[in-house]
Amino acid sequence: MLTWLAHILHWSFLDSGSVQTALLVGGSAAVVCSVIGVFTILRGYAFAGHALGDVSSAGGSASFFLGISPLVGFLGIAGIAAVSLEFLGVRRAREQDVATGIVLGAGIGLSALFLYLDTTTTSTTGAAVMVMFGSMFTFPVSLRGPAVLTAAVALAMMAILYRPLLLSMVDPELATTRGISTRWVGLLHLVTLAAAVALAALSVGAVLASALIIGPAGTAVRISRRPGLAIFLAVVLGLAAVWGGIWMAYESYYWFAGNAWPVSFFVVTIIFLSYLMSVPLQYALWRRIAKPVRMAANAGG
Amino acid sequence: MARVDLWNPFQRTDEEVLRLAGTYGEVITMHEDTSSTALVTIPSHHAEASCASVLAVEDLTVSIGGRLLLQGVTFALQPGQLCGLIGENGAGKTTLLRSLIGVQPSPHGQVSISGLAPRKSRDLVGYVPQKINFAPDLPLRVYDLVQLGCDGHRLGPRWFSRRLHQQVQAALDAVGAQDFAYQRIGELSGGQQQRAVIAHALARRPRLLLLDEPLANLDFRSANELAGLLGHLTRVHGLAVLVTAHDMNPLLPVMDHIVYLAKGRAASGGVREVVQSATLSKLYGYPVAVIEYGGRVLVLPHADAQIGEDGCYLMPNGSASGGPA
Repeated sequence: MLTWLAHILHWSFLDSGSVQTALLVGGSAAVVCSVIGVFTILRGYAFAGHALGDVSSAGGSASFFLGISPLVGFLGIAGIAAVSLEFLGVRRAREQDVATGIVLGAGIGLSALFLYLDTTTTSTTGAAVMVMFGSMFTFPVSLRGPAVLTAAVALAMMAILYRPLLLSMVDPELATTRGISTRWVGLLHLVTLAAAVALAALSVGAVLASALIIGPAGTAVRISRRPGLAIFLAVVLGLAAVWGGIWMAYESYYWFAGNAWPVSFFVVTIIFLSYLMSVPLQYALWRRIAKPVRMAANAGG
Repeated sequence: MARVDLWNPFQRTDEEVLRLAGTYGEVITMHEDTSSTALVTIPSHHAEASCASVLAVEDLTVSIGGRLLLQGVTFALQPGQLCGLIGENGAGKTTLLRSLIGVQPSPHGQVSISGLAPRKSRDLVGYVPQKINFAPDLPLRVYDLVQLGCDGHRLGPRWFSRRLHQQVQAALDAVGAQDFAYQRIGELSGGQQQRAVIAHALARRPRLLLLDEPLANLDFRSANELAGLLGHLTRVHGLAVLVTAHDMNPLLPVMDHIVYLAKGRAASGGVREVVQSATLSKLYGYPVAVIEYGGRVLVLPHADAQIGEDGCYLMPNGSASGGPA
């Protein structure tokens, strides 16, 4: 039985170096994106997160043109965009979408320029597809260290900011009265989000980066009652989506007669399906919880 | 004209119930200021900053964008005192509260909380802001919110602490929120959410509790229960409470002092003196009636009143009240 299962699942795929790198870099991206995604959703920055992903494509395409590490390219442009968003007024609700839209437009324009230069002045092929939709199985081994380090720094930052960020998310005025600088906390959150976006763009592509940031976190937030539990569930879902997607993409080579489908497709599909499943689950949880709450409300005001 | 004391039922007749206590002379002195900052003051109860006070405000002046919002505000609050802060929209109530918690930029004057400046006394002050919109799917329980009241300003992850747990339980007990402590806060009623936010404010055992419009958007029962809770916190826990409210009726039975703001100036007095239709009509620039019903004093808008020749409001029953400010 186990032999048959191992044959079906092709566990030997773990022996491949490119698969190991994909699992390590993709797993790092999944953990960081899931943790930061929870705060990003709760602060109402989902659009900003999506925009940072799109803007970071300029960094990815620039890295091909300049011949530098794609992680540096994604990280540099996403970081600059995050700081720009903060200073353009991303904190004010009415101006948030306007500022995000302006930065998004400028970033994609830059991305178009670099992709044009990539295809006309260098011998690079497939740069657009790799930047926009990712290519996990082509990661060089040298990317492992920087990716894990970036993820570790981002997670450490979130661990430090956890409580002030949570309080700022509940109510900025409440946080200010406790001596928290909501401006600094907001800026650091955006910079950390930029790091998550860079890792996600590297893994599943700039266009699909927001799926990794918003998807698992969105599903977890729907079905959790505690912030810590939401973060834990988001990490589990994110890892399941990325590692499951890598495995499916690897296996699809056998399913479709030598034509492996892209990892990004499987990752995003798993994220989408888990979000769909969370809707009835949330309804069931709400029904179980809401009744005693309503009774308590009627009894106690 | 005899002054009717609506706070003393033995002094009142049935005919007097709807009558406005409309004289300024005995207690309330009207100062017409040439700088158009007309002010109603109660000299006999003008509170001075005191060392024993939990809160002492002296000559506080705040201007924003060149507009003078508060000018020379002076009052004090003692332990166990529940004080209402009233005034029309834009009078500067929220600005005053923000000055007291040290987040209002560049106020002039002195604010002292148990002898300390606001920025150094954050642990001594609990603050309940105006309505917080908790999304229904916010993964945050009441317990978590109260925990953030204890240590939300600290950096780094939280480790389990029995002392922290006991502190949270004490705050939940104080507001009667144990029944829904482990529910998502966004799924609770407005009254329960308000209790949760008060528990958050109480988590660090403050000496002064500041509440900005806590009764807004609450139904009758929730508003009265919340007012009772604030009274309980002052009487039993000895807290000093300063609360802003447009609808002061639920608070009247538990309130013992009022600070009122008009045109940037402030004055304060005992509830019996301030809750007179003359004073309130003057303050709001709108006819206000103070009546008694079912053993309780109520403040009601009185739109049928007209402005008389002397500038006072004339109520339908012929009595006079304070004129428009």
